[in-house]
Order: sequence, then structure tokens, then C-alpha cells
Amino acid sequence: MNFVVPDFYPAAAEIFVAVMALVIMLASTFARSIARGLSYHLTQATLIAAAFITIFTMEGEVVYTFSNLFISDLMGDFLKLMIYFSTAVALLYGRAYLGDRKIDKPEFYLLALLMTLGMMVMVTANHMLPMYIGLEMMSLALYTMVAFDRDSPRATEAAMKYFVLGALASGLLLYGMSMVYGATGSLEFSAIAQAIYNQSANQTVLMFGLVFLVAGICFKLGVVPFHMWVPDVYQGAPTAVTLIIASAPKLAAFAMAVRLLIWALFDIAHEWQLMLMMVAAASIVLGNLAAIAQQNIKRMLAYSGISHMGFVLLGLLAGVVDGDRHFALNAYSSAMFYAVSYVIMSLASFGMIILLSRAGFEAENIDDFKGLNRRSPWYALMMLFVMFSMAGVPFFIGFFAKLSVLQAVVAAGYFWLAVLAVVMSVIGAFYYLRVVKLMYFDEPVDVSPIHAPAEVRVMLSVNGLAIAALGLAPQMLMSLCAYALLGSL
Amino acid sequence: MTDIPLLSLAIWIPIIGGLLVLATGSDRNAPLARMLAFAVAVAGFVVTIPLYTGFDATTSAMQFVEMTSWVPRFNINYHLGVDGLSVLFVILNAFITILVVMAGWQVIQDKVAQYMAAFLIMSGLMNGIFSALDGVLFYVFFEASLIPLYLVIGIWGGANRVYAAIKFFLYTLLGSLLMLIALLYLFMQSGGSFSILDWHQLPLPIEPQILIFLAFLVAFGVKVPMWPVHTWLPDAHVEAPTGGSVVLAAIGLKLGAYGFLRFSLPIVPDAAQQLAPLMITLSLIAVVYIGFVALVQADMKKLVAYSSISHMGFVTLGFFIFNPLGVEGALVQMISHGFVSGAMFLCIGVLYDRMHSRQIADYGGVVNTMPKFAAFFMLFAMANSGLPATSGFVGEFMVVLGAVQFNFWIGFVAATTLILGAAYSLWMYKRVVFGKVANKHVAELEDINGREFAFLAILAFCVLAMGLYPFPFTEVMHASVNELLRHVAVSKL
Repeated sequence: MNFVVPDFYPAAAEIFVAVMALVIMLASTFARSIARGLSYHLTQATLIAAAFITIFTMEGEVVYTFSNLFISDLMGDFLKLMIYFSTAVALLYGRAYLGDRKIDKPEFYLLALLMTLGMMVMVTANHMLPMYIGLEMMSLALYTMVAFDRDSPRATEAAMKYFVLGALASGLLLYGMSMVYGATGSLEFSAIAQAIYNQSANQTVLMFGLVFLVAGICFKLGVVPFHMWVPDVYQGAPTAVTLIIASAPKLAAFAMAVRLLIWALFDIAHEWQLMLMMVAAASIVLGNLAAIAQQNIKRMLAYSGISHMGFVLLGLLAGVVDGDRHFALNAYSSAMFYAVSYVIMSLASFGMIILLSRAGFEAENIDDFKGLNRRSPWYALMMLFVMFSMAGVPFFIGFFAKLSVLQAVVAAGYFWLAVLAVVMSVIGAFYYLRVVKLMYFDEPVDVSPIHAPAEVRVMLSVNGLAIAALGLAPQMLMSLCAYALLGSL
Repeated sequence: MTDIPLLSLAIWIPIIGGLLVLATGSDRNAPLARMLAFAVAVAGFVVTIPLYTGFDATTSAMQFVEMTSWVPRFNINYHLGVDGLSVLFVILNAFITILVVMAGWQVIQDKVAQYMAAFLIMSGLMNGIFSALDGVLFYVFFEASLIPLYLVIGIWGGANRVYAAIKFFLYTLLGSLLMLIALLYLFMQSGGSFSILDWHQLPLPIEPQILIFLAFLVAFGVKVPMWPVHTWLPDAHVEAPTGGSVVLAAIGLKLGAYGFLRFSLPIVPDAAQQLAPLMITLSLIAVVYIGFVALVQADMKKLVAYSSISHMGFVTLGFFIFNPLGVEGALVQMISHGFVSGAMFLCIGVLYDRMHSRQIADYGGVVNTMPKFAAFFMLFAMANSGLPATSGFVGEFMVVLGAVQFNFWIGFVAATTLILGAAYSLWMYKRVVFGKVANKHVAELEDINGREFAFLAILAFCVLAMGLYPFPFTEVMHASVNELLRHVAVSKL
């Protein structure tokens, strides 16, 4: 047996982030007095540098390394860039919030970086093991971050729930992986696909494995019936952490779904499409209906997120029609476009909550948005963009996200799903409209001026304007998604 | 001349101007915001004038066409153009915008910049609806125009404004999202085109045609509004500020009717023929039943709102009897209704600004204190009831004539509107204006000022001009209407 030195080049970004995580850990231990600022700035610098490394090491074709455990392709690179971007924005929004609550310990940023590393491993995994390791790395960091405000009983409770349910989901996923291994004799995605294609896999075991894998994926995406943790965790976690949970991990979970379902299990698409169909329909219905009843805006956004993830699944399930793969690229890139759009909107929505919060005051209730137009017309306008965009009203990016997913669903011939989705969107529009109503039609109850660091204000404005600008010119992001997936299918 | 993208200017001057007005900020700059808004509204109107003067009435083809790729991924184009069916509405819309800005000049003292900006942006978006030739572009403008009106009703509306605003939004959203699915289906069937003109030529079997027709019916029927999905309109009208009511009645309702002409009839002609009895029945119910409902209203705005629904029933009736008189009459009726209903709401606004009441019972003997106003109001009430020599007569007469050609009894039932319209308009007018001075508030009324005189006089001129000499209006539609009817007569099966 001879040892071949693997090609490290495609994994340069992952290696860099891992090294930087260790550097930050050491630096913040030894330079305790300036650790907070140092850790934050180093983390941001690492994310930016990682983005450059990813861009420079990008290759047009698919490259495997580390004995096929690791894959570098355009989809992975694109999603990694989006993950750096959304993590960086989330940390920027959250820093002052954490500082006001005296929980901006240097370790927080370290955990965020480790979470990013976990997500990077997830999106570049070509094998069940690194997929699982990446997932756990991300999840463990997130559990800790939720519990970061350790004196808050609510946050601790949320973290406990998140951890117990998350561990259960990991168990399900692992169990499913072991069954797929038993059925196909491999953990590597392309080998699994090959085994299924050759029909050498034991169908019964494979189906059982598939069910467990889908359950695990659904848990990580936070869709019905594996959604129970979402509202509690969103509400209980410090808003700065909710912001992180509601953005980048959705992209990582999307990548996991694509790698597992489309790469490894494409030939039994018919089976998982049915499961996703039920899950998506239930998520869209329950998410929208439950959101109406919420008084807490974080819970409302949690339920709205559940319905948005239902839309992402709609895109994923519309890819194969009667064994015809002609629609695949269209449908999967629509789903990816939806996921990316959702992350952009989600960042802005939680960013607004952070903007309205201050030391000793959480702007958690929907009523805290009352009369925002009087207090600050500009940010009311930004929140208006976010809300109408989430409701799927043009000229905002959310409209084109819905349009592309619905287009894929209609092309696949699932009219009843499309009708269900739009009827639920109308019901969903009600709670978004209610936020607009409070901001514009009601008088403020809280009249204290909004104070936030300049960088948060600027970033939030950019974020809100981006929602409008991408709605006016959605083509670039759409074709990026399509192009990124093209090489991977 | 042809190089200037007139339609783009008509859309984007008000929108960008509106954003500029918004940028003037707080109410300290209110005079600036008003002046700027007025300038933008006038500029927006001026660029639409060449649309009429340069319009070639001999052809039914699209004119002033602009075409740029917008979202190539789904083959969505920024494709604009007008024909005889739409050109007048673009001009009417730009014209009404000026009046709305004038009407809000003194009344609106709170968040002036936002108010003016909302109307200007809405005006631009509505021009987009009338000139879009791409399905998604149409849909985008159609939906986006809900946002400003939602805000206008909700921010500057009356006591029950929140309910009205949300009801308005959700009703319309439900309709338009079903339409979106129909658009996506057509996109798929046509092999990846969102062009409305391509869809006109697309052959379709009857079952999908009927489903598409019903999807469009929900979208446009809500917007028109047709009985029985009309209930949002009285609420929206009553709660909206005067400007909101004017825009809603003069332009907003026309969007739905226009949608029938641009989408339902030419894209699914066989379904339209098959379902015409349904449409005629709904239209007649609107004309007669809603006419009676209008009669018993105690609130002036509600009365005019119901009268609008009744008049719009006339419009949809005209479309679905499939003869040139009916369709042209309906188009004339739409434009006339734009002037007349706008004028009625402005008149009620004039009274409301002084008395802060819209109840008919609170008035009486207004003619004694406001003679000039009473004269204008008289003219518009007459026009609303379809008196000859006013614009209201022309359209109604043409539709009734067309309906009689089609079927005597349908024409007969439709003609009752002339009686009902006169009954509710003139009876309201009598109770409000004539008689002795009813109370001391009426006694303290001041007659209209120069600004109010100006916009009422302009509208009075339009109403009379269109009533006495409608040829300039019908001239431009002839070719397009004939082409549309020829197209509808050819089966797509």
C-alpha cells in the first residue's frame, strides 16, 4: 500500500479557515485585553480572504481530492461564497447587539468561524462521512452560540431543545447513511448512484435509508413535520444568533439535499419527490397559517421561514417528470435561487430587529414596529421592501424567486401544488401586510430614537436596496445559480 | 420623433419623480414637495400627448413599441406598446394624476411628500400596466401598483382604513396570483414565450381555455369589480382619501376591464364565447342589482362607489356581446367613467374638506352657500346618470344599442340603468344641494376657491366635449376593436 499525497489545492479555502480558527483561538487567549475586537476583525478578515481564495482556486470542471472524499465544483464554490457573505453580514449586524448584552466574547466569533468551516465541509462533501462531520461541526457550533447568553433561561432552554432534537436528527441521518451503505456497499455519492443505477442495491433497505436521510435533511431545513424546534429556537436565541441560524445554514442544508438526493439518489428520485411533495405542501400550509397567530416577530419569521423552505423543496421536487430529466437544471437552479433570495431577505429582516433593539430592550414583538414610519421613514421603507419581497410582490427579489419556483412546478405538471402555494401565499401576505400596517398606519409607542453603529445602518440600507435592485434586475443572480448547477448535474 | 421612448418616459418620469418627491423628506419641505409633484405630474402628462397626436388610427398593430430583453433566463422582455385599446388610458391616467395632485394640495398636511410620491409612483406603474406587452411585465406592474394604493388608503384614510386597505390588498392579490399560474401555463404551452402577442396566436384546447379564462376572470373580475366579488370596493372608496378614490375609480377599475380585452378575449376566445352567458348575467346583475343598492346608500362616497360598480357592469356587458358597438361603447364608457367618477369623488371631496362628513343627511341647501360648486356638481351628477350631451350618455347608448342588436331583452334590462342611474344620482343631488339650508354648518360653507374651480372646470370641459363630439375618442379605437372582434370570431381549437 503506498501513500499518495492528496491534492490540497482545491481545499485551500477550507484549510485556510481551519488554520485561522486556530490562530484566532490562540490570539484571543494570549491577547486577552484586545481579544474582543481582535477576534471579530480577524474573523471578518478571514471570511473575506476565504472568499478571495475560493474565487482564485475556482476551476471550471469538477475536481475530486482526498480519495474522492472531497469535491470542488461550481455549485460548491458559489454556495461557499454566499455562506461567507451571509455570515459576514450576520456578524456585522450582530456585533453591537452582542456588545450591549455583554456577550460579545471572543469565542463567539471563533464559533461562528467553526460553523462556517462546518458548512464549507458540508457543501464540498462527496462522501457521507465528511458530510456528517461537516454537519456536526456546524450544528455543535450553533448549539453553543444559542446558549451563549448563558444567564438567560430562555436561551438555555432553546439551546437544549435545539441540541436534543438536533442530535436526534443527526442520529436519523446517520442511521439512514448506514442503511444506504448496507444497500449499496458504498458511502461515496457517485458509487452509490452507480450501484442504484446497476440495480444491484437492495431496494427495501435503500428505501428505509432514504426515508431516514430525507427526515434528517428536513430537520436541518426546518420543514414540517420536523419544524418544531424552529420557532422556539428562533425566539429563544439571542437575535444575533437567530440571524445566523436563519441564513447561512439554510444554504448548507440545501447543499446537503442536493448532494444526497440529487447526486447519490437521483435514480430513485420518484420516491423522494413524493416525500418532498408532502413535506413541502405541509410546510407551506402550516408555516403560513401559524405565522398569522404570532405576536412575536421572531416566531413569525420562523414560521414564515418554514413556508419559504417549503418553496425551496417545491423547486427540488419538480426536477424529474416521469423519468424525464430535461427539467432538472431549471427546477434545481430555481430552488437554489429561492434559497439564496431567502437568505438575503432573512438577513435584512433580522437585521431590522437588531436595529430596533438596544441595551435592555428587545424589539421582539410585532408591535415594536408600530409607527416606524414616524420614527425613521428610511428604515420603514427598507422593512417595507423586505416584507413585500417575502410576500412575493414585485418589484422585489422575492417575486422572482416565487416566479421561478412556480414556473418549475407548473412545467412539471403539478398544478395543484402551484395553486396551493399561491393560495397560501395570499394568506401569508396577510401577516407581512400587518407589519407594514403597524409601521405605516399606527402611531409609535416607542419613541426613543434609533441608534445603531454606522456600519449596521449602511449595511442594512445596502441589504434593503439590494432586495429592490435584484428584483429589478434578477437575471445575474438567476444565471449564476443556473451556471453553478450546470457543471454539477 | 419615433426614437424617443415615449412609453418608457410615461412610466418612469412619474416613478423617478415620485422618488425625488419622497427625497424631499419631512413636512418642513411640504411646499417644495407639492410644487415638485405638480411639475412631475405635468411632465408626465406632456410626454403622453405625442402618443395621441402621433397615433396611427388606421392600423390595429402595436405602436410606439419598445423591446429590450429583461430576464433572458425566462425569456421575459421589457416589451411595451399601445394600440387603440390602451392608448387613451395612458393619457387619461397621466391627466388624472395632475388633478389628484391638485386635489391633495391643501387637504393633505401630514406626510405630504409620501402622499404625493405614492400617487406619482402609482401613476407610473399604471401606465406600465396599460402598455406592457409581456405577460410578466404586465403582472409585475399590476401587482406593484397595489402597494402605493394600499399605503394611501391605510395612511391617509378614514376611521376604518386598516380593514379597508388589507381587504383591498388581499382580494386583489388572490386574483392576480391565480392569474400568475395561468401565465406560467401559457408560458409552457407556447414553448417559452411570455409575449402577449404570441399568446394571441396560440392554439389551445377548450378545457385549458376555460380554466385560463376562469383564472383571468378571478384576477380581472375582482379588479373591475364584478358582482359578487365587488365588496372590497365600497370599503376602499369610503376609507380612501379623495385622491385615492379618484385614482381607484378613474383608473384602478379600468385595469380589470382592460385585462379582459388584452388577455381573456384574444387568448382564450372559445372559452370567452362559451362563457359569455355567464359574463352577461353577472354584468346585468351588477347593472340592476347594484343600481338598487346604490339607491339606498346614506353615504355619498358609498353611493358613487356602487354606481361605479353598476357602470362597470355595463362595460363588461359591452365586451361580451361581441359586436363593435358594444366593445367601442364599453371603451367610451370606461373613459367617460374615468372623468365622471373622478369628478364625483372630487366634488364629494370638496364637501368633505369643509364639513368632514359624507352623510347625505348632514347636508341640504348647499346651493345657497356654494352656487358655483352646485353648478359643477349638477353637471357631473347628470353625466353620471347618462344625460345626452354628456360623456356618460355616449357609452351607455352605444352599449345599449349593441345589446339590443345582440338580444332585445338583454338590451332592455341594460337600459334600466338609465332610469336607475338618474334615480340615485339626482336624488342624492337633490337631497344634498337643493332645499333650505339644513343646518348652521352648511350655512358657514364657503364656495370653491380658484384651485378647486380649475380642476372641476377642466373635468367639466372634458365631460361636455366627449359628450358632444366623441369622434376623436372613438376614432383611435376603431381599427383595434374591429381586429379584436375578428380575432375572437376565429376559433383556436
